[in-house]
Amino acid sequence: MKARKKRRLYLVLACGIGLGSASALSLAAFSSTLTYFLAPRDVLQKHPAPGLSFRLGGIVQAGTVTTTITNGTPVTTFEVTDGQAAVPVTYSGVLPDLFREGQGVVAIGEMQRNGTTFSADEVLAKHGASYMPKDVEQALRSAGKWNPKYGPPPAAASWNTMAVKNSSS
Amino acid sequence: MTETSETALAAEPLKRSGSWLHYYANPGRFLRLTRPTLPWLAAFSIALTAVGLVWGYAFAPADWEQGDAARIMYVHVPAAWVAMAGYAALAVCSFFSIIWRHPLADLAAEEIGPVGAGFTFVCLVSGSLWGKPMWGAYWVWDARLTSVLVLFFLYLGHIALIRAFDNPQHGYRAAAILALVGAVNLPIIVFSVQWWNTLHQGNTISFSGGSKIYVTMLYPLLIASLGFYLCFLTLVATRLCAAIMERRTGALLLAAAERSA
Repeated sequence: MKARKKRRLYLVLACGIGLGSASALSLAAFSSTLTYFLAPRDVLQKHPAPGLSFRLGGIVQAGTVTTTITNGTPVTTFEVTDGQAAVPVTYSGVLPDLFREGQGVVAIGEMQRNGTTFSADEVLAKHGASYMPKDVEQALRSAGKWNPKYGPPPAAASWNTMAVKNSSS
Repeated sequence: MTETSETALAAEPLKRSGSWLHYYANPGRFLRLTRPTLPWLAAFSIALTAVGLVWGYAFAPADWEQGDAARIMYVHVPAAWVAMAGYAALAVCSFFSIIWRHPLADLAAEEIGPVGAGFTFVCLVSGSLWGKPMWGAYWVWDARLTSVLVLFFLYLGHIALIRAFDNPQHGYRAAAILALVGAVNLPIIVFSVQWWNTLHQGNTISFSGGSKIYVTMLYPLLIASLGFYLCFLTLVATRLCAAIMERRTGALLLAAAERSA
């Protein structure tokens, strides 16, 4: 009786190890397909062929957003950066509410013929992991510690318990 | 069938190794220990959930950028945590079921399934409702969202499989294997936002300090999470007690019918 339980235990553990390593290997092998978007540096490295659809993700570079209205539709151009490289993007349509300089975005589209500009069919805003009330944001901004235009907030320990006026309301 | 194995277990002397495990795995003893605590557990979990949600929705500050839309996290995050913890509990029960053939582990696995699926559903729907105004899409096929959808399907598959056989023992075996195989999905959900680029944001809560959330938003989130965990526990324990009683009643009715026949 006891030996049978031991045998079942070893069998289950062996199956677990086998299954675990099989999944780890296949996830590592399919890593590039599991990635939802390419960063600008990947784009500059891999040079996706013009016309090949992919997703480009990164931060909207401050000072690069320009919008013009053509035939009643807004056409926006901006640069997406990951800190190492930047790719210019052009998009015609209404952007999500969260779109701004310094915000993470994922643009779905393809490279234009010239091979340098990304033409987006759809732009999604990627929200960061930080949550803070307006007072905290204002306090960080006026102290010169963070301007949302230039990317994500500073280290969380510096603000997640900082004292501000009306922080509880 | 189950009644005979129950009485056999109860009559067994407690001298083997791991006997504490067999001691509490006895359905009758579980019932006697758990049932008196259920009203207290229920009251406490409802109170804690209410405090967390009222604090989060009425008193905690809105996010500077998302405004009130960020408040959906007070439901979404606890639901997601409970969905994963529930599956981990299902996997542990399945492990005990396969190795030691504990009747209580089988019953618990059967009752965890629908509750866990419910929490996973709440997580998926609340996230989707947040995604449309914030991301600009109800759904995307990134690694985090897809792996949680797989978790939901694993729960549904388990619910169907454990009830699919005329002989419940066959259902318990098959469903336990499914639950253990599916457990490989849990680390994938947890680490998906670190291993791959996802549209879903990374982890906000950090156990080594430095959570990326202001303290007046963190406390209601943690209280609501504790409330959700306790609600899950209450629901499963109540269902488990009901399941044990149901089997008892069934066995008694069967015995009475055999006597009168």
